[in-house]
Amino acid sequence: MANCIVNYGFSAFILFVWMAINIFLFVYFYFFYDLGPQFFYTRHLLGSALPWARAPAAVLNFNCMLILLPVCRNLLSLLRGSFVRCSRTMRKQLDKNLTFHKLVAYMIALMTAVHTIAHLFNLERYNNSRQGLDDELSTALSDLADTENTTYLNPVRITNLDPQQIPTYFAFTTIAGLTGVVITLALILIITSSMEVIRRSYFEVFWYTHHLFIIFFAGLVFHGAGRIVRSQQRTNPPHNTTFCKDHPDDWGQIPECPIPQFAGGFPQTWMYVIGPMVIYLCERLVRFIRYMQRVQYKKIVMRPSKVLELQLIKNGFKMDVGQYVFVNCPAISQLEWHPFTMTSAPEEDFFSVHIRSAGDWTDKLIEIMKKVPEGGEGPKLGVDGPFGTASEDVFDYEVSMLIGAGIGVTPFASILKSIWYKFKDSDPKLRTRKIYFYWLCRETHAFEWFADLLQVLEKEMEERGMGDFLTYKLYLTGWDQSHATHVMVHFDKDTDVVTGLKQKTHYGRPIWDKEFEQVRKENPTSIVGTFLCGPEALGKVLEKKCAKYSDVDPRKTRFYFNKENF
Amino acid sequence: MGKIEWAMWANEQALASGLILLTGGIVGVAGQFRGWQFAAYAVAAGVFVCLLEYPRSKRAKGTSVERTGQYCFTVCVKTFGPLTRNYYVRAFLHAAICVPGGFMLATVLGCVCLGIASLIYLAAAIRGEHWEPILPRKETRKPVAQSIKNPPQNPPPRPPPEMRRKQAGDLEKSAYDNPMSVTDDE
Repeated sequence: MANCIVNYGFSAFILFVWMAINIFLFVYFYFFYDLGPQFFYTRHLLGSALPWARAPAAVLNFNCMLILLPVCRNLLSLLRGSFVRCSRTMRKQLDKNLTFHKLVAYMIALMTAVHTIAHLFNLERYNNSRQGLDDELSTALSDLADTENTTYLNPVRITNLDPQQIPTYFAFTTIAGLTGVVITLALILIITSSMEVIRRSYFEVFWYTHHLFIIFFAGLVFHGAGRIVRSQQRTNPPHNTTFCKDHPDDWGQIPECPIPQFAGGFPQTWMYVIGPMVIYLCERLVRFIRYMQRVQYKKIVMRPSKVLELQLIKNGFKMDVGQYVFVNCPAISQLEWHPFTMTSAPEEDFFSVHIRSAGDWTDKLIEIMKKVPEGGEGPKLGVDGPFGTASEDVFDYEVSMLIGAGIGVTPFASILKSIWYKFKDSDPKLRTRKIYFYWLCRETHAFEWFADLLQVLEKEMEERGMGDFLTYKLYLTGWDQSHATHVMVHFDKDTDVVTGLKQKTHYGRPIWDKEFEQVRKENPTSIVGTFLCGPEALGKVLEKKCAKYSDVDPRKTRFYFNKENF
Repeated sequence: MGKIEWAMWANEQALASGLILLTGGIVGVAGQFRGWQFAAYAVAAGVFVCLLEYPRSKRAKGTSVERTGQYCFTVCVKTFGPLTRNYYVRAFLHAAICVPGGFMLATVLGCVCLGIASLIYLAAAIRGEHWEPILPRKETRKPVAQSIKNPPQNPPPRPPPEMRRKQAGDLEKSAYDNPMSVTDDE
């Protein structure tokens, strides 16, 4: 329980505040429309479906404002930078931006459903009143039309159409109705294409369909322009509803009951969403400007197993360890930007990415690069970034556990290189005393370049006598009989047969309990930062272990879990 | 977007449409809206579409992720053979099912969503995709070779002992390199 608070406390607090605001908005606006005297006549026609429609509308305003903010990456990077002096926990919240974006999206979907269903009831009741099927008061109210001395209450004006089709007709001929249908449709398409199955397999479908949010926000801003939610206005002399509701025939003829006047509410949604829309527009503008900036090639290297290394130079480009960039190649696709973690250290005068063949875009890029002659310039590239991720914090912890699974090992290439440079320069900013590195992969084919890097580091550390600064363990999870035989034959060699490193390769998955025990034993009073770049399932396991082996006592070992994902 | 299987998205869209049609239908019936008969139809149609679309198809390339508990649905859907396998049939079926939903506001959204799903299925059919059931893999043990049952009775033929002894005179012919180190000090 205590571990939960240490590791999840702040997230729970943010969620609690968000949920509290949602509940408050819902309840406040429900009672505003349910009890407000200016809606007395409106409620007479609609019943409780009026507040049931308006309450989710308020919650929707709030959430549509929030939904754009977690995906403004530059804004988040800016906030991370300004939080450098603040606590570590604040910055960790910014890692969970995508989780929050999804949560807000679920709330929007739920509230849209409630809002739409309530409005279905509203339209049906308005229609019935207009057809004269309800009581005398309703008929009188519905008959009020927009003329010189009357204003309408019931927005359904038409009567000479098949009554079953009137609600549909109304939905498609009023601003509110049409925008409502269009944006709900856009929302449904966005949601179905964002399902995990589609997103993980066909990112392009997800990404392009997601741009329907432009239609969503455009429609949302105009949704209330028709002002069809009417409230009663003050008249001179005042119209006393308590008395006049029983005398609809006398309206306008007796002094107590002048004809009641109605007006629609001022549309408010734009006030909520305009800020975030402007911010997001700036984000995309920044991306466009960065795209226009020139990217020069320093070197193009084809690595084994279809891995492409690009060493690039860009004016004014400054990076930190473990950050990623978005790369665009107009020769392949004008609109696609793909994220790659940088594998170079900030101390170098270029930045590099290692791109593995993993789909259409990467395959085409590798093909194009293969055809570039030795020392020649590659195709024009656009680079947006760098964007920060959790790995930036790795040097703040006295002790760090770095876990890279498969392709997730890439940010750690950047970190380890940076460590090497910092050591060579004896950089005082380096707070880290000890690093544990766990590399998990099925087979090492695609990562020979990384094994080379580790070899170099190993040698350097031996030379300086800093052998125990970096402890790394490699786990080959996809071993088979031939591997085992090969290892048996060469078991008494000094270096490992698979990687050529001094550290022998382990086979199978690591036993995390043992690893965490060992780290805790060797560092009894430290704060240990755990960084993962790898699959979700592993993240969950590690999160649990961090919670399990953390001590609430701040003097003892505490594990903080950080996850990087795309 | 070369490798996309449109049917996967069509399936998600159709399942969502089924749910929306169902919800619209329930609202229409529960609220006793004008034209509630169309709403009642939408309830039935929504349930049917959900049942048809719940089992995911096996992907042509890559790993397929099942929906929870979809096995029984897979079996039911499989029994209709070519009717459910072929996506042209599904496209036209969804197009036909969605039409009555357009006659009443509560079900119009379900109608439009299902229409869109029908179009995506049409695209999938044109690209030659079809529905494959995800069935649990049967573990087949490799058939045991016949020879293992009859071990040899006699040792293999060897040349006579004189030839087998190392000919000390002829070093070249009797030299023999061990493939593995047989000394223990390497």
